[in-house]
Amino acid sequence: MKAKCLECDADLEIPEDAVNGEIVSCPDCGMDFEVSIKENGEMELKPAEIEGEDWGE
Amino acid sequence: MAKWSLSPLKSKGKTGANNLMVTIGLIYDRIRWEEKALINASKKAGISLTPIDAKKFYINPSEGIKTFQEALGNIVIQRCIGYFRGLHITAVLENSGLAVINSFRTSLTCGNKLFTTLALTKAGVLSPKTLVAFTPETALDALDMVGYPAVLKPVVGSWGRLVALVKDRESAQAIIEAREEIRNALLHIYYVQEFVKRPPRDIRIIVIGNEVVAASYRYPPSGEWRTNVARGGTSKPCPLTDELERLALKASEAVGGGVVAVDCMESPNGLVVHEVNGTMEFRGISSTTEVDIAKKILEYAVGVAKK
Repeated sequence: MKAKCLECDADLEIPEDAVNGEIVSCPDCGMDFEVSIKENGEMELKPAEIEGEDWGE
Repeated sequence: MAKWSLSPLKSKGKTGANNLMVTIGLIYDRIRWEEKALINASKKAGISLTPIDAKKFYINPSEGIKTFQEALGNIVIQRCIGYFRGLHITAVLENSGLAVINSFRTSLTCGNKLFTTLALTKAGVLSPKTLVAFTPETALDALDMVGYPAVLKPVVGSWGRLVALVKDRESAQAIIEAREEIRNALLHIYYVQEFVKRPPRDIRIIVIGNEVVAASYRYPPSGEWRTNVARGGTSKPCPLTDELERLALKASEAVGGGVVAVDCMESPNGLVVHEVNGTMEFRGISSTTEVDIAKKILEYAVGVAKK
């Protein structure tokens, strides 16, 4: 699926098998977006959380 | 934003303590390679797994286990990328009696390098010589005592973030000064470690319950000493020896067990464990082994739920 980067308007490619919460990065500006799949199956992109100081494994 | 919440509850009608089929709730806040691997493995193995975004619910901590089981499953795999977020969710769920992988004890211990050191030391697992200081002045004293080069780490944090190889007192002063400028109380606890003379690699060992499933060497990228895969480190196959198995089981048990990645180094005095990860990333090691780690984690969760 194609989408537009909310930051720089570049073309984004969302993989067909994308799941809720998956991150898609803009190839042009590097902005990260979280894939959100609505109940009707429609996909939308939301700006992803910025890395926190307690993030990791 | 989705309105799904743990309170008030929505029973899905097909889950619950009395059902024979185990249902797993996967609590996440970001779908990494590992979470996707778990989701795909569940589909392949016909195991019921429901991913639940921790950013989209709130919890009433006084709810009972039945409520949580109906909303989440018979068992929860907690894999939040945010340590404190995950730890607090685990605290609530485990308090109700719901089994969470990993347990609160394991999550708390693994998420804090000092707590990990304490647990390893108590269990007699060799780890690098460590000192801890609570002011900039005593941090410098501790570094003098350990000797340069030394390693300075935050007690909480991952992916090698702010982990510094300190070559002399001047660099130490600069790093400590910078950390003091950051308004984060945890960064003002100074975890000082000897620099272990190791080959340019460490070893990651995956433990799932009582089973040691795989090991890999991790090599740092060019121009870097840290081996974290998140920093560009690369994983290579490592034979799983009896020594590694014994060490990994002992280290896992020391921190509370569950699903963990034990990281150790080949020091001149033998293997030393420097870290145990409680929300382990296994993308790197998966490229070196035939073992389906995600499937193993799910099977382990089903086993724990049936106990």
